Amino acid sequence: MKTRKCDVVIVGSGPAGLAAAIAAKENNAGSVLIIERDAYPGGILQQCIHPGFGLKYFNEELTGPEYAQRFIDKASALKVETLFNTMAIHINQDVLTCVNTDGVLKIEAGAIILAMGCRERTRANLVIPGSRPAGIYTAGTAQRLMNIQGHKVGKEIVILGSGDIGMIMARRMTLEGVKVKAVVEIMPYLAGLTRNKVQCLDDFGIPLLLSHTIVDITGIDRVESVTIAPVDSNRNPILEKSQIITCDTLLLSVGLIPENELSKTGEVPIIPATKGASVNQYMQTLRPNIFSCGNVLHVNDLVDNVSREGEIAGMAAALYSRGELPEGEEVPTVAGENINYVCPQRIVKTSNKDIELFFRVKVPGHDVILVAQSGDNMLARRKTIAVSPGEIESLTIKKELLKDIGSQITINAIKTEVR
Amino acid sequence: MEKEIICVICPKGCRIKVAGEDGQIHKIENYGCKRGVEYASSEFVSPCRILTSSIPVEGTKDKRMLPIRSSSPIPRDKLLHCMEQIKKTKINNAVVQMHQPVIKNILGTGIDMIACRTMR
Repeated sequence: MKTRKCDVVIVGSGPAGLAAAIAAKENNAGSVLIIERDAYPGGILQQCIHPGFGLKYFNEELTGPEYAQRFIDKASALKVETLFNTMAIHINQDVLTCVNTDGVLKIEAGAIILAMGCRERTRANLVIPGSRPAGIYTAGTAQRLMNIQGHKVGKEIVILGSGDIGMIMARRMTLEGVKVKAVVEIMPYLAGLTRNKVQCLDDFGIPLLLSHTIVDITGIDRVESVTIAPVDSNRNPILEKSQIITCDTLLLSVGLIPENELSKTGEVPIIPATKGASVNQYMQTLRPNIFSCGNVLHVNDLVDNVSREGEIAGMAAALYSRGELPEGEEVPTVAGENINYVCPQRIVKTSNKDIELFFRVKVPGHDVILVAQSGDNMLARRKTIAVSPGEIESLTIKKELLKDIGSQITINAIKTEVR
Repeated sequence: MEKEIICVICPKGCRIKVAGEDGQIHKIENYGCKRGVEYASSEFVSPCRILTSSIPVEGTKDKRMLPIRSSSPIPRDKLLHCMEQIKKTKINNAVVQMHQPVIKNILGTGIDMIACRTMR
């Protein structure tokens, strides 16, 4: 068994890990090491060959590989070291255990950053009835097979779930000459971004069936058909109205789950609302030497936000590794009216920086006021024309107002009167 | 001709109605803001999209497909035709540089398909 020491160790070289590594170096961490299970850096960005990345962060529109390359180049210029084909398997306090073809490696680090991203929900998560033939893929797996390995997964496809990856794959497969017969969504509204519905489905005349679900899959060796049915307001399928769609492939785009198995080995508490760690504004978990950022913390919809979180984690981890990260009394952030969750979950009041709070609403709405308040003190407020559970919102608390924070910060999304 | 265009500029998703003939707009209704008018106009007259794909590369150590994109947006009705040409393309290079053209002037559009990654 080998051992080594470093100031900051980062698990994952996707957008969160790369941004964290760069920020740690820029904040004078001596040795920064990334652990990556794949053979290349960039994470899932490398299979996201479509445009739409970087509009917020770089103010220009890039593809996934282009967005990743900017961070890869910067990390390599700053002499960030990466161990590829290496799996991080366990955390015990300040020791991260990894394995690769050289055997077991134990890394003792001043701070550990979790940047493992998320996994797709599978058929097993949904419990769809029917037979168990080949031809059922998560959208992201199909995306990797298509875009990186050059394999088309089928000829006639139905997609369950209107998440962004599903819609993007609908377009990608159509461009490759595959027939996408329908995108089926159980909710009465779209799960992903409207832009993707317009440019991925409407552009190619792919039908979107809202308030519908799949109630059966047939086929022995390979998928032969799926049965879809409308659902009532309680999301129960109305079987007498079901119809059969023949297809050889079913793609699932039904949500993402932060991949926190490693975090749990390090006894980092995971909270149900986000399925990620609880962090303060420094992305510091309840284990003070462990930081979490990006989709392992909460599932983001824009990579631009993931990079920002990574930067904060990298900066804070560098400070922590030399005992300079501010400590102090923490107050919780609370999800109020029509708010599903808020991240960060805790705020250190002694900060001297503006604090950005990210949150998702529970149900869509038009003409909404987003507010952050502590008791009667207004901390931040913003009007917006529309909110949707599929799009993360944010509010920034100015540093001058941090003194107005009492025992908690509540976020509300309040509907205004119709104009 | 009248078309309903769902605006994608913000999450509100206004359903903007545009009426006109031969690329000339006579009437725009149901928009929520100025940006929506601009978006709906360009969508009505000539909707264009960045086209992305990936193609096989031989000769590099990196065995992955090479991601490519159009250097600027391509008229939407030409996307599938461009794909026909992309599907026939394979490159054989020891090194591919970021943004190197891999198909020049695709379908006479004046637009190149360019590499989105450096490969060695």
